[in-house]
Amino acid sequence: MGDSLVHIGLLLPEVLGTYGDTGNAQVLAKRLQWRGFDAEVVPVGLGDPVPSTLDLYLLGGGEDGAQVLAAAHLRRYPGLRRAAAAGAVVFGVCAGLQVLGTRFRGLDGVDHDGLGLLDVTTEPGEQRAVAELVATPPRLLDGEALTGFENHLGVSKLGAGSEPLGRVVRGTGNGDGTEGAVTDRVVGTYLHGPALARNPALADLLLAWTIGHPLSPLPLTEVERLRGERLAVPRRRR
Amino acid sequence: MSVRSPLRTRASVAAGRLTAWLSRSSGLGRGGMIGGRVTLALDPLALRRLGRERTVVLVTGTNGKTTTSLMLTRALETLAEVAANSDGANMPDGVLAALTARPGAPYAVLEVDETYVPWVADQVRPAVLVLLNLSRDQLDRVGEVRAVERELRAAIAGLTGTVVVANCDDVLVTSAASAAAKAVWVSAGPRWTGDSTACPRCEGRVETRERHWECGCGLTRPEPGWTLDGDLVRTPGGRQVDLDLRLPGEVNRANAALALAAAHRLGVPPHTAAARLRTITDIGGRYRTIRRSRHSVRLMLAKNPAGWVETLRVLDEDTPVVVAVNAQEADGRDLSWLWDVHFERLRGRQVVVTGQRGADLSVRLRYAEVAHWAEPDPVTAIDALPPGAVELVANYTAFRELVGRLPGG
Ligand SMILES: [Zn+2]
Repeated sequence: MGDSLVHIGLLLPEVLGTYGDTGNAQVLAKRLQWRGFDAEVVPVGLGDPVPSTLDLYLLGGGEDGAQVLAAAHLRRYPGLRRAAAAGAVVFGVCAGLQVLGTRFRGLDGVDHDGLGLLDVTTEPGEQRAVAELVATPPRLLDGEALTGFENHLGVSKLGAGSEPLGRVVRGTGNGDGTEGAVTDRVVGTYLHGPALARNPALADLLLAWTIGHPLSPLPLTEVERLRGERLAVPRRRR
Repeated sequence: MSVRSPLRTRASVAAGRLTAWLSRSSGLGRGGMIGGRVTLALDPLALRRLGRERTVVLVTGTNGKTTTSLMLTRALETLAEVAANSDGANMPDGVLAALTARPGAPYAVLEVDETYVPWVADQVRPAVLVLLNLSRDQLDRVGEVRAVERELRAAIAGLTGTVVVANCDDVLVTSAASAAAKAVWVSAGPRWTGDSTACPRCEGRVETRERHWECGCGLTRPEPGWTLDGDLVRTPGGRQVDLDLRLPGEVNRANAALALAAAHRLGVPPHTAAARLRTITDIGGRYRTIRRSRHSVRLMLAKNPAGWVETLRVLDEDTPVVVAVNAQEADGRDLSWLWDVHFERLRGRQVVVTGQRGADLSVRLRYAEVAHWAEPDPVTAIDALPPGAVELVANYTAFRELVGRLPGG
């Protein structure tokens, strides 16, 4: 891809944008631009067809009803599935993870089809997981721990077609000690909001897949300080 | 029951006062809250009895509750004594404590946390309910804003004797207030729209054209009776009132427009009310400028994305800014909202980052390409700046901490 423009799709931000999710698009764009690549964030709204020509697709968190609406929209317009089949990178957070799976159950007990890009099914759990989440060490990230905040009721089960993104050290994640899911270049996680701001190794992994080769190091002292602080926090009493 | 109740109320009020006094004198905390809690525990119907004896105005919304309540209190004081929870204690216990403190006041102006409005309103049956705005707030603590809107809507539908004074430029507020038997619509100016690009009724897209907005499902902006235009408020009678507030910013003019409409409903002429609003110079320390040896520091509070957007607009240009962020229980533990605020506005200024979660803000500013430095201690952060004016913006617990530490703050 080299010197060409990278298009980062921000899918349905009006319904999948509860937790500062535009931050992930901003982080990816800046990490490209600071290394001399051109990058553009392309918001795709409700009612708009989903283009299949973007390089990277982002799905954020959302409420129950909004999530059902988003899934219906993404099933109706095949752009995302086509792009993923052709090798585009997809990153889904929280509700986004659930929509990328094969099936999710709403609070009303109704099952909804997901996109089937991840081998994941989700059901409502018994109590909401609201806490700092730490997972380590993801195979893909050279042992860099994942850190973020989670806020969800969903319990996700992975099938043979997906592997976890990491193992939970603190927090809940998928609910069985694993966190997130990966199939090829499709990644889902319960680390919500600006997950990629806190986890630059994950951001750069997505970008390396997109560009086709690893990127040069980009040390940011602010990010190192925040990671140090968050990973050192003792477990909170519940 | 009916014979015993009044006595029981009086006795439990006395017990609550005693506890309030005890907690104040022993320095345990804010007396109002603890006193109200005890009274409610002893007599769950106390709020109903104390509230229904007088004309009550409830004020709610994500931002501006304390300010608007103070404005309304000042305006209604031209009529008679007013009971008010002006300390910002807006849960049921704080509301009750305010009524208990002034048992003889014929009016009460009570700010109420959005999530408690259904319960409090059902108890006190307010004459007027003021709905300011609805946007996302501490996501890990409170339910999502759309759920709050649905609950408010259902509560308002049951308040058949209440006039709802509502900001019709806010889609979520309008959706909730449309359920009112009688609504007074105020165009207070469009603000934060991050939570309402999808319709609260049908999840369709809300189309916006200047001040007008509408959705395909039929939810549309009502025609306002009152309109804020710059510094002027136009009344339904076609009169113009110049606000000329001493509080800064468009957001406070919006609060004032809603306060004027609500006060008018209870018989205070707009010009009289506006004159009373001009006597307000700070809100519990907010907007107050305090002098230190080398600096004059203006204190500002921002609690959620919409509040930050408004506050960043109020900042003086070319004045250095200290930004303090905590993530205590009362602030919300989740800092994702930092990414919903357009901190890019701070580019080119001198910016110091502080507070317990300064590191999170620092990362946000790095990606916003805002040059800054970090100083863990907020007071040291101020002192490290060149002499002169400083703008200080903090979220809830960071603000409270600072006000406690700065002399005269
Ligand atoms: Zn609609």
